[in-house]
Amino acid sequence: MRTAFIETLVAEAATDPSLFLLNGDLGYSVLESFAEKFPGRYINVGVAEQNMIGVAAGLAMACKNVFVYSIANFATLRCLEQIRNDVCYHNANVTVVGVGGGLSYGTQGYTHHAVEDIAAMRALPNIAVLCPGDPAETRWATRALVQRKGPGYLRLGKAGEPQVHPGAVEGLAIGKALRLKDGADVTLISTGNMLQTAMQAAERLAASGIAAGVVSMPCVKPLDADFIRGEAGRVRLVGVLEEHVRHGGLAEAVALHVAECPGTKARLLSCHVNDTIASGLVGSQQQLRELMEIDAAAVARRVADALAAKA
Amino acid sequence: MTIESIAFSKRIRAHALRMVQRTNSSHIGSGLSMADIISVLYAKVMQVRPQEPDWAGRDRFLLSKGHAAAMLYAALHESGFFPQDWLERYCEFGSPLAGHVTHCKVPGVEASSGSLGHGLGLACGMALAGKVDKASWRVFVVLSDGECDEGSIWEAAMFAPFHKLGNLTAIVDYNKIQSFGTVAEVLDLEPFADKWRAFGWQVTEVDGHDHAALEAALATRDFNGPPHLILAHTVKGKGVSFMENKLMWHYKSPSPEQLAEALKEVEAG
Repeated sequence: MRTAFIETLVAEAATDPSLFLLNGDLGYSVLESFAEKFPGRYINVGVAEQNMIGVAAGLAMACKNVFVYSIANFATLRCLEQIRNDVCYHNANVTVVGVGGGLSYGTQGYTHHAVEDIAAMRALPNIAVLCPGDPAETRWATRALVQRKGPGYLRLGKAGEPQVHPGAVEGLAIGKALRLKDGADVTLISTGNMLQTAMQAAERLAASGIAAGVVSMPCVKPLDADFIRGEAGRVRLVGVLEEHVRHGGLAEAVALHVAECPGTKARLLSCHVNDTIASGLVGSQQQLRELMEIDAAAVARRVADALAAKA
Repeated sequence: MTIESIAFSKRIRAHALRMVQRTNSSHIGSGLSMADIISVLYAKVMQVRPQEPDWAGRDRFLLSKGHAAAMLYAALHESGFFPQDWLERYCEFGSPLAGHVTHCKVPGVEASSGSLGHGLGLACGMALAGKVDKASWRVFVVLSDGECDEGSIWEAAMFAPFHKLGNLTAIVDYNKIQSFGTVAEVLDLEPFADKWRAFGWQVTEVDGHDHAALEAALATRDFNGPPHLILAHTVKGKGVSFMENKLMWHYKSPSPEQLAEALKEVEAG
């Protein structure tokens, strides 16, 4: 995702002379191409996230289109008030890019697990919160946020995520969900780097006779409420997959719209990061997913169990 | 000649005193201590067009100590950005003017403030944009002494000299009383000027109530030099004898009788 992001940003910067890229002393082997091509519009502000956001907002107030880049927690939680007051309150044209979203940093520990960032960002006014699911969605999301005026949060995974979409993504727009696979029994809604897991879980379910649809929801805010209500009226179970704690994540947002859907009989299954486990155990991203029962096998099993319990 | 800015400072002090008395608002002491600084800026130094507030060539002003909003609004009114009845509706339901500086539909306000430690970073971003664009406008930001406890101030303090933001002038309203005690008691900033010098700023210390000295310090800039820090030694509550150097006027608003007395003193200068 990081590679897809920077390639897209460099391409956009070639045609948008107002585009700036700041970082908080992070981005080794990622941001160099931008720095080389546009040295006057690239600033490593140092390990100073509060100032990074303040400077970004000041640049935006002087008509610049500013991207800031750091590890997701540092880019969001460390400087949350600067994002709230300086960027969102002023509707400033600043996009915060957080790398290592969710459990991407695995064994590096809890300080580096960005599992509350979506909750913090989506609570703020004016902001678009985009969590692409693969490199193709990352290219789309980067372009969308370059072109959109106002605050944005782009939550990336790491490097080397598998391509889920067969080619360039088509049919996505800010505020819209994208159906990848049809299925009459259950709809799996995924945000961010859980997209491949959702697809693998659907394949496992198909093998046991359960028709699971898969929907990618890179746009957590604004949310495609109409789509969610449509699904809630159509299937028996809506599963939500995210590398984020339940509090304030996509599952809570989806639950609200499912509950508001008139006459729905759909139930909700939330596959999220367990915050008590997350804070106390060393493991790779995949090991932590297995522990928290959000890997493909566990998701498939939990969906089957939920449907069986329903019957 | 400083007659112009001194008259301006008397008018904005009177406006702000009336505003806080009418609405039972806090922070008049903080406003009075910086009244002369912003009077010199608006009456003598800054290039702004009140009839064209978004003029691209304007100098930018940020009030990082956003709690002193009443005095800034008074200065914006006296400069012609909006009519006096806006001041009279300060802090009223539906009014554009909130108790802390707000940019929403308020001409002349570049950015909202109220949480401390934000203004210098924003000012750095604006100054950087001006420098990249080779613009001739300047950026001014007024900080409180208390807010220099915030780490974010020192992040920005490192940034500005490193990026040679010669178009940036920061003024610290050094009245030596912060929110819950004197600066010396709470978290001493001394040697304060030396701290800024060590970070790479050109530092000028002035009497923050001496209009001629302020004007001299603020008037010119070397855009190719380091950023400028004006350490303005001020008196909290300046201009109203019973408010001067008293912590309580960070919070209290004057009674009608105290207002009348205060207005007399301000007029007498």
